[in-house]
Order: sequence, then structure tokens, then C-alpha cells
Amino acid sequence: MSDFNLMEDKLPNAKIAWRAAQDLSDGSYVNLGIGFPEMIAKFQPEGRAVTYHTENGVLGFGKAPDIGDEDWDLINAGKKAITLNQGASLFHHADSFAMVRGGHLDLAVLGAYQVAQNGDLANWSVGAKGVPAVGGAMDLVHGAKNVAIVTDHVTKRGEPKLLERCTLPLTGIGCVTRIYSSLAVIDVVDAHFVLREKLPEISIDQLQSVTGAELHLDGNVGDLIVPEDI
Amino acid sequence: MSKSCTSISQAVADIPDDSTIMVGGFGGSGAPVELIHALIDRFRLTGSPKDLTVINNNAGNGSIGIAAMIHAGMVRKMICSFPRSSNADAFNTKYLANEVELELVPQGTLAERIRAAGAGIPAFYTPTSFGTELAAGKPTEEFDGKMYVRERWLKADFALLKGHMGDEAGNLTYRLAGRNFNPLMAMAANTTIAQVTHLGESGSIDPEHVITPGIFVDRLVEVTDPQQEEVLVREGVVY
Repeated sequence: MSDFNLMEDKLPNAKIAWRAAQDLSDGSYVNLGIGFPEMIAKFQPEGRAVTYHTENGVLGFGKAPDIGDEDWDLINAGKKAITLNQGASLFHHADSFAMVRGGHLDLAVLGAYQVAQNGDLANWSVGAKGVPAVGGAMDLVHGAKNVAIVTDHVTKRGEPKLLERCTLPLTGIGCVTRIYSSLAVIDVVDAHFVLREKLPEISIDQLQSVTGAELHLDGNVGDLIVPEDI
Repeated sequence: MSKSCTSISQAVADIPDDSTIMVGGFGGSGAPVELIHALIDRFRLTGSPKDLTVINNNAGNGSIGIAAMIHAGMVRKMICSFPRSSNADAFNTKYLANEVELELVPQGTLAERIRAAGAGIPAFYTPTSFGTELAAGKPTEEFDGKMYVRERWLKADFALLKGHMGDEAGNLTYRLAGRNFNPLMAMAANTTIAQVTHLGESGSIDPEHVITPGIFVDRLVEVTDPQQEEVLVREGVVY
């Protein structure tokens, strides 16, 4: 236990994405944020049909086309070329965000700079000087039935990203429902972090020491085990 | 009465200084590159239009389209959700030198403000941005136990759009995800100008396939082989 090395033994992003993908439910409508969250689609479990939404007006997109086969009128919110799956649909931006805010999406998965125990999320601005950009992040945190976060448990400097209160500019308040981190799976329940799973190699005390708010227990804590070949 | 224009330059000839212009597209998808370049051509010849407020999701990419407008010095203010792109140097340089203003709007709020303007709704409430710095100074109200932010409609003098099929009645279709903001902006501007890849007679689009009804469109111009922003940026084209 005590030989757990935080920076070496934590899960890499692909394994965090794999774990998040295990919770994709059959028949669900899901928005995966630009970047890291997009990786989740790659690990979608077989036998489950998931329809992916992208803010710029596509429902039911599939894999990226081969290089050279891109059609640049068919892109996702990250401006990457996509393809359409059977049953896809196209619509304008107001309809697209009606799907978001109107409570029609089952799940939105986003990245995070910081998450607070009350579900506040900071993921759009580090507050520094420069050119601010928000995109659809502030919309996506409202309306989806579940808002999940995929993130490293700590910053590159080893500082906690799960906190009592966010210190960076907020994206939304009280919006996060579940966190898939590089060390654990944690739910936000009644403004508390509730530990659901952790890497078997790390003790609860060690996990608490790199978490900036109290971890609550509600029944058994499961083992967070990801296949080696991911 | 036909709404078709004989040339791209004619289609944008009367846009004056200080105009607010909505430009359709999301990144390069659905972006009316030729209409924007026609406006830049006019500015280079006549010094006008300048001091423009431009509304788009982004703030240009590379050295073409909106980025070229900004670089040329035609733009006083951008209203957008995401000024970043693979090469946002044109906007970044002017913004950090205080030569262009930025009004940053969450993407869904931007879409709804434009839709509201077209629908005659001066304000609406949205959960988006509540409790964040982008809601600073805006009225809030509680509905059914949840807090919402009041947002105003967003209108424009002109809209520059890209459609796929158009007819002389002004009806439009769009190609793939090129629809994005285009149908909303068509409703929200005093004068809506669309470039279309195929321009046909009135009735050439099946009424069941019309996305933007002609009532929202004032002028059309055919651009049969439109340039694609993403391709131009990758080729390093400078306009």
C-alpha cells in the first residue's frame, strides 16, 4: 500500500476513458466534450447502442473518416471531420442547444480544471491574461440528466483538483454528478464527495491526502480495475 | 421578383461602415468565404466597410475569411463563443493590442439570442452561465426552484450566409453540418444575403425540403464551387 507512487501508478487518460465508457447505457444520447472525453467513444462496450450529439448540429455521428476522405462541412464541435452513422440527423444550433438545456441528453462528459464537493465545475478559464473562450461548456453543464467529469485526480504539480470550493472561474454551479479520476470514481451527492471505487493499490487515507475535500463512504468501496491492454 | 444578384460584389455593395454583420458557419463548415472576401475586396478598394461588429461562433482561422477581415482592420468588435482556432493569430494580435473588442457569449446562448431576435422575443431566461463571471450584471430570476439568467436578443443589420441549394424565392437548404447558425441568422438580420452552391428557379426546391423559407432571405448569389475555410487554412492561403 505505502509504495503507491501517485504520479507513476495513477491511471492514464485512456484507462480513465475506458472506465467512464463502462457506464454508457444502451439507448442513451451522449455528448462527449472536446479532447479527452471524446476518447470514451472508443471504449463503448459492445452490445450497447449510444447516439452521440455534437453541439454544431449532428446527432448520431460515428468514427473519423480516413485521411483524405474528410468532408469539411461534416465536423464535430472540436472542428474535426466526422462521419454519420445510420439514423443520424442534422439540425441548426438552436435545436442543438434545445437538446442540451431541455434535458434531452442522458449524459454529458467534460474535462475539468477543478470540481468542488457541491458539484461546481471550473473547466473553461484559468483566469490568466490572454484571450478567453467558452464555447458550449457553460451550456452543456445544464440540462443533461448526468454530467460526468473525466480528469486526472491531481494537477501536473500534484495539487488536488477535487476541492471544497473551486478557485478558478466557474463553468457552472452544482452541476457535476460523477467524477472518473485517475485514482477513483466519485459521486457528488448532497454537496458531498462519495467514494464509489478506488484503485486497489491506494489506501483511502492516501486517496484522501490528495483530495481537497472530505471523501464520504456510503457502503462498500469497489476496486477500480481497468484491463492491462487498454 | 427574383432575389438573385448577378455578382458577389453587387450582393455586398451597400453594407456601410459601423454595420453589425452576422456571418454564418461554425469554423469552416457553412462559412460564406466568397461573400466575406467580396467585402474585403470592397474595403481594399474604397476603405469601406469598416468599424464592423461581426457575430460568428469563432473569430477566424488562418489568414482567410473572418481572420482576413480582422487582419485588414475592418472589425471593431467580435461577438462570439470561441475565438480560439488552429491559427487565431489575426484575432489574438488585435485583441491583445486592444484594437478589437470581444463580447464572449456561451455558444447555446449565442444561438438562442439570435433565434430570439428573429422570432421577435426581446429577452429570455436560460440556466447557462448562472453563477459565473459571464452572468455578471445580468438580471436573474428563480423559476421552479432553479436560478436563470436573463439574456437579450441579438440582432444584426446584415447576415452573410452559405446555403447549398437556393431558389429565386429565397428558399434555402444547407449541406451536412453547414447548417449550424445559418438558419438562425437568416431570421435575425435586416438584410440577409446568402451565397448558394446551386441557384435554381422558384420552385426548384421541394417545399418539404426547404430549411430556411424565402421570407427570411433578401439576396442570393450563386457560387458554384465554394472554397472551404479548413482546406484554405491547411494550404496556408493568405487572402
